[in-house]
Amino acid sequence: MAVTVKTFPSASEAAGALSSDRSARYLGGGTLVMRALNEGDISISTVVRALDQALTRIDASGPRITLGAGVTFARVLAERDLAFLHAPARSIGGPAVRNMGTIGGNLFAPTPYGDFTVALLALDATVAVQGGFGARDIPIEEFLQARDRQAGTLVLSVSCTRPASSEAFRYRKIARIKPKGGSVITLAAHLPISGGRIASARIALGSMAPTQIRARAAERALEGRSLDAATVAAAASAASEGTSPSDNALGSAWYRREIVGVHLRRLLSGQE
Amino acid sequence: MSKIPLQFRHNGREVAIFVDGGTNLLVALRELIGDMTPKFGCGQGGCGTCSVLVDGELVLSCLTLAETVAGRSIETLDGMKQGPNLHPLQRAFADNFAAQCGYCTPGMLMAAKALLDRNPSPSRDEVIEAISGNICRCTGYEPIINAILAAAGGRISA
Repeated sequence: MAVTVKTFPSASEAAGALSSDRSARYLGGGTLVMRALNEGDISISTVVRALDQALTRIDASGPRITLGAGVTFARVLAERDLAFLHAPARSIGGPAVRNMGTIGGNLFAPTPYGDFTVALLALDATVAVQGGFGARDIPIEEFLQARDRQAGTLVLSVSCTRPASSEAFRYRKIARIKPKGGSVITLAAHLPISGGRIASARIALGSMAPTQIRARAAERALEGRSLDAATVAAAASAASEGTSPSDNALGSAWYRREIVGVHLRRLLSGQE
Repeated sequence: MSKIPLQFRHNGREVAIFVDGGTNLLVALRELIGDMTPKFGCGQGGCGTCSVLVDGELVLSCLTLAETVAGRSIETLDGMKQGPNLHPLQRAFADNFAAQCGYCTPGMLMAAKALLDRNPSPSRDEVIEAISGNICRCTGYEPIINAILAAAGGRISA
């Protein structure tokens, strides 16, 4: 079925077109929207695009980094200053998907996809969006909780603070096929250390709920402690608390609940 | 709904077509230009058999909105052979039995070309990574990996 394609020079014009038409979807890299069109999704009658260069900008020079929503995973991998995001970027797709898929699109990718967003959630990222009411910044957790209602807003960029060290940020994707495959579960941990103790721990999980979620019980088990065996064990045993995984072809909900603690323990103790 | 005029380079030749809104590049190549070398597999980005190069970059043509390639250069398997001679990658695929049913082969060759254009002497792991988005259901990965390594300079280590 033919759709109307509207291409705008600026992101704000595209955001206007998106917010005024419920059947409009924003086309980023194409891996979600073109797929939906190929499958005959009749809820989409307008495809909105923007040629705005701001959407593909990377600012990775300082302690706080900003990625335009249209930045691809291949570009993240080509950026030496973004080394802490290379593991999540590399865990997505094959080379063609990484040449196409974008940071902004990944925020909307349903389970078993959306791995990069798991990393961004652990890093307490901020999502800059433009809707009918102008531009604003939303904490990523809040953005994800209301994801179903975000269709009319255009994501402009995502920002986060660079982790203090490579030890402080860890990422692990469990897949059936290597090096490519949908996620059985995906885990990311941000463990800032202050005076030998973990302060503001963040554990994010993918494929453990309808959207990416934080494992708050595991975070509480880590908070204010040093990362020793007892702390790791306590966090691992709390990993599945508050999760609501589903069954799919890659794994059952039961299996996901069983393994999430095992993989969190391995992630926190630095095991391969 | 009106048709959209679209011009781009297809294997070095300028082409001009009219597409419907929302048409993907694979449909444009196969049905409007008659280049049947990129194949339709899953339509979801999972199989890689529709892979083509856009300005030298590997993309999935079934997930590319056709009108986004206006003015750009598209390479498909159809443009790989050099006159009557097979491209070294095609020769290596034939010599190493890297094609069985042949459905994944166009995408495998384009993914391999994208790799070798940037990295003429890849390691085995780099070859595996390069074709990781391309599914072969005849389980022929080993001969395919060996063929790509052979094309890159005969460095086969099975």
